[in-house]
Amino acid sequence: MKFVDEFRDPALITKAADEIARLADPGRTYRFMEVCGGHTHAIYRFGLKDLLPPNIELVHGPGCPVCVLPMGRIDDGLAIAETEAEGQRVIFTAFGDMMRVPGTRGSPLEHKARGRDVRIVYSPLDALKIAQANPDRHVVFFAIGFETTAPSTALTLKRAKALGVRNFSVFCNHVTIVPAIRAILDSPDMRIDAFVGPGHVSAVIGCRPYEWIAKRAGKPIVVSGFEPLDILQSIVMLLRQLRERRVEVENQYARVVPWDGNVPALKAMADVFKLRPFFEWRGLGFISQSALALQDAYADWDAERRFAVRGVQVTDPKAAQCGEVLKGVLRPSQCKLFARECTPEHPIGALMVSAEGACAAYHTYVHRRTLAAAASASASRENPSWITQQASNA
Amino acid sequence: MCLAIPGQIVEVHEDGTDLATVDVSGVRRRVNIGLLEGQSVTAGDWVLIHVGFAMNKIGEEQAREQMRMIAILGEDEAALEEVKGYNVDRIDERGDTRGGS
Repeated sequence: MKFVDEFRDPALITKAADEIARLADPGRTYRFMEVCGGHTHAIYRFGLKDLLPPNIELVHGPGCPVCVLPMGRIDDGLAIAETEAEGQRVIFTAFGDMMRVPGTRGSPLEHKARGRDVRIVYSPLDALKIAQANPDRHVVFFAIGFETTAPSTALTLKRAKALGVRNFSVFCNHVTIVPAIRAILDSPDMRIDAFVGPGHVSAVIGCRPYEWIAKRAGKPIVVSGFEPLDILQSIVMLLRQLRERRVEVENQYARVVPWDGNVPALKAMADVFKLRPFFEWRGLGFISQSALALQDAYADWDAERRFAVRGVQVTDPKAAQCGEVLKGVLRPSQCKLFARECTPEHPIGALMVSAEGACAAYHTYVHRRTLAAAASASASRENPSWITQQASNA
Repeated sequence: MCLAIPGQIVEVHEDGTDLATVDVSGVRRRVNIGLLEGQSVTAGDWVLIHVGFAMNKIGEEQAREQMRMIAILGEDEAALEEVKGYNVDRIDERGDTRGGS
């Protein structure tokens, strides 16, 4: 099977767009949040906004694991990378997505350049394998991700324990999506009419965890696939619910998402993880019961217990408005640093690093096109605006 | 990283490792199938893969659809790089990954 590059079913796309135009009440506005960063990427890539009436706004949600991790956790992880265990340098492993995310003193990649043993892995199992191959050194895996990724970390830890691999530990930063949605709904500056629910997270957790959004918060949610047609159909389903005054959880992505989720994955997570009382999210602040830590039975494999992790709190560069963008209060281009100091090549905020980050997607698919159309008078600045901004605020 | 990669099971290894060899656009690697516990997994099945683990079984048409989607999003090279990077059975004594596919 080859990767092929073509749109599918343009006629169905047109039909869905027509249906959206028919269902949308011109007398009101709609704000729909797509929770998942994969959806954000697809929405920009396909220019789906252009297919929607102007009174439907798509608001980007917090579903990009790299983006929501606060800088303090990156600093904590990199502090572990600088540690020695049993007289040897720690081997610090992380997914490629994490490598360019800035900490206070540089990204993991920059730490590697300074001589730390930082390695990219594509699977937590590979980190475990590196530990097995290097019995005299300690290997730390920097675990990030929502419920899509957490079961893989859980199974890797179960395997490490079963095999008795003692020179391996996990710095756990797994987060859970539902408390983040709740925090957004509780936020006073937020007005969301309905949600496009995440696809692959839901393949693990199923649709039941969203029922409170419909029942208690009174907001419709449709779990959606990633194709343009999936996203448009999900918007049709949301508009139908609103029009018929129904408030339900619906599953547009049933071909991949079972209503009850992936039972072995949920069991593995329950065996290995427990909920943290609270966890800091970039832009959203501390959210209770929103992240996972290792259970006591896995204390020996918990990097936070094996190493003295300080739990640093770092404020983002003042002018960077990652938080507002993450909450959907600002569009990426409304941030003062967007495409000036903060670019995909030199990211200041994490939303500019990952392809699923709203800023990177916007920059790649909207900003560059706009730029090509309009000749930009880019006067060179002596100081980046966020530094002058900080100075004027001081 | 939340876009899962479709692959086809080539061989299930009955050696207690929970590993199966998958084929993704001609690249063959071992992935863990522990999350498919309770389902039959045999050569020829299609699965969605995420960070070295098969997440769920899907139909062939869905697999093609997902592959097309990844390509349109410009993530096909990164996806293949990820699959090539699964080195659970290919890391040597020094812990370095071997080159090549």
